[in-house]
Amino acid sequence: MHEMSVALAVVDQVTEAATRAGDVTAVRSVRLQVGELAGVVPEALAFSFELACAGTLLEGAELVTEAVPGRARCTPCAHEWAVGMPPRLTCSGCGGTHTELLTGRELQIVDVHWEDGGPTHAPTREPISEER
Amino acid sequence: MCRVVDLRQAVLAKNDASAHQLRAHLAARGTAVVNLLSSPGSGKTALLERELLRARQRSVPVAALSADLATENDAARLARSGVPVKQVLTDGLCHLEAGMLAGHLDGWLPDDTRLLFVENVGNLVCPASYDLGETLRVTLASVTEGEDKPLKYPTAFGLAHLVVVTKTDIAEAVEFDEAAFRANVEQVNPGVEVVLTSARRGQGTGVLLDRAMAAADGVPVHSPVMARQSHHHGHTHADNGHTHAHPEATGPMAHTHP
Ligand SMILES: Nc1nc2c(ncn2[C@@H]2O[C@H](COP(=O)(O)OP(=O)(O)O)[C@@H](O)[C@H]2O)c(=O)[nH]1
Ligand SMILES: [Mg+2]
Ligand SMILES: [Zn+2]
Ligand SMILES: [Zn+2]
Ligand SMILES: [Zn+2]
Repeated sequence: MHEMSVALAVVDQVTEAATRAGDVTAVRSVRLQVGELAGVVPEALAFSFELACAGTLLEGAELVTEAVPGRARCTPCAHEWAVGMPPRLTCSGCGGTHTELLTGRELQIVDVHWEDGGPTHAPTREPISEER
Repeated sequence: MCRVVDLRQAVLAKNDASAHQLRAHLAARGTAVVNLLSSPGSGKTALLERELLRARQRSVPVAALSADLATENDAARLARSGVPVKQVLTDGLCHLEAGMLAGHLDGWLPDDTRLLFVENVGNLVCPASYDLGETLRVTLASVTEGEDKPLKYPTAFGLAHLVVVTKTDIAEAVEFDEAAFRANVEQVNPGVEVVLTSARRGQGTGVLLDRAMAAADGVPVHSPVMARQSHHHGHTHADNGHTHAHPEATGPMAHTHP
């Protein structure tokens, strides 16, 4: 059960982002993408998340998880398929093994809903990610 | 007011960054890490005892770090080989993380170490998600665990560079179906090598050491399909390696992938 470690990492990163933003007073919800092959059980994560949030800026925050199905493509024959669980990563079209995994390994914080002391105007989506 | 803020951050970004950093740091001093994953009791310690002895006979400087929830028995067994051994008690934590490993190596790992074997916590779920900065990831299963183990734990077997079957001396007694096991491994990790071993009889021992030495020498390791999706920080690494600075990394974290 590493869902607690995962939950703590989420709380950590959201807290850091909120601290950088400055005047965040409360976090309402956190949206996570969880790939089918990420090795995380969403129910266990939700439980751990509630505990991990206690006593932090995220106290009471809702965790919204988006499941991402695993998809793969065969490089030689271009066949594309849902890998399923347990995953089939050999090509179901030609039997080949030169497979590209397109989706399914995601374990990512997508966005966060928070309250801040800023001026009241229409909600904006502001990218604060360093990766952009 | 209420705001929606895009973060787009990998949850395990910190561990990944620590792993990248540790890998680069160890590579610079000529050390490669071998990360061993299996269920409790699969025979990691028994096989490792054999491999460490053999390394010593071949004068390869190796060391071993064993992580356990609570007991120190493994280190005592491994230390009989005469190589440097460290026991890490995780105090209930079900996996090792890269930052923890780096902390344990600091001040302990001898400078000239060529290979560091890490016996991860016995568990096929959690350790699979954490890159420890290893050069070779090995997932083990004993013949007693059933042929469908790779399907039950797809990330552990799907992310392995090498799969090791242990306890083949009792394969017949438990009617281990090797072909079925291999087919299941192939389903989740096409192309990965499967090695059969018996620490008790000495069958297949030395292969792990050979593969680890080859990886440490820079021979490309198997590239699992599951590891090929854009890893956490959002880019794929070509098989032949590349150099880049990660957006989240500054200075020392800019790195070369083997
Ligand atoms: N028959 C047989 N038993 C083994 C072999 N390797 C390990 N064992 C036994 O399996 C049990 C667990 O082994 P251990 O190395 O402690 O497993 P670990 O928990 O993965 O480190 C011990 O009782 C070992 O004696 C083997 O090659 N053959
Ligand atoms: Mg052990
Ligand atoms: Zn766990
Ligand atoms: Zn195909
Ligand atoms: Zn990278």
